[in-house]
Amino acid sequence: MERKTKIHAEDGKQDLVITREFDLPVELLFQAYVVPDLVEQWMGTKVLKLENRKHGSWQFQTSDAKGNVVFQANGVIHEFVPNLKITRTFEMENSSFAVQLEFLEFESLSADTSKLNMHIVYRSIAMRDQMMQMGFAPGLNMAHNRLQSVISKLNKN
Amino acid sequence: MDIRRDVFQALADPTRRAIITLVAIHAMTPGAIAEHFDSRRQTISKHIQILTECALLEPRHEGREIFYYVNAKKMKEVADFIEPFRNMWDDRFNKLEMIMKKNKPQK
Repeated sequence: MERKTKIHAEDGKQDLVITREFDLPVELLFQAYVVPDLVEQWMGTKVLKLENRKHGSWQFQTSDAKGNVVFQANGVIHEFVPNLKITRTFEMENSSFAVQLEFLEFESLSADTSKLNMHIVYRSIAMRDQMMQMGFAPGLNMAHNRLQSVISKLNKN
Repeated sequence: MDIRRDVFQALADPTRRAIITLVAIHAMTPGAIAEHFDSRRQTISKHIQILTECALLEPRHEGREIFYYVNAKKMKEVADFIEPFRNMWDDRFNKLEMIMKKNKPQK
């Protein structure tokens, strides 16, 4: 299957851009980022707090299959324009990784398709490369099984 | 098993990638790592051994305990890291798309 996600990461730069087109109206794509229950389903993480507004903050927590907390992250929201953009910070708690800045832009391509443009700025070139090398998907890696069960439940409906 | 392990082979396994992610957040003892998985402790030990053999993980003795650290230098040698990173995001976005299609209001 063709991979629909594109990564633009130039050598020697401390940022990267992730783009992806979805077979979803932009309103639905945006909802996946703001409705806690939906965020939990696709990110495989628990949403402790998600204040969708300028100066709001968010906090996610991921546990493993046994219920131990593996990962906790938080940040603040700098810009929030429904169906258009979210600018926010992302910081992993209790880790040596510095906070990163994320610019999310949502674009409507047609009534049923949309595009996400995610620009992430890291503290340094080394930090960007390290985050990519570790294939950082803390939410997804650990909560994979739980996520699968959510999806199969949905499929049964 | 004293063959020098290939880094790519070591990283191909999802449990081993999960171990690296865990240890990257902070250094851990083998017991603390095993706590996070349903697999038998011996299985996890084997994974830790493989990661250590190819130098992706580094054991350090601290008092009576051994803590495992991610060897950032070795990770740097993994030249093609964009592809796995892209696949990870692609899988994640596929899930988003699938979940949101289920949530689509019926017309």
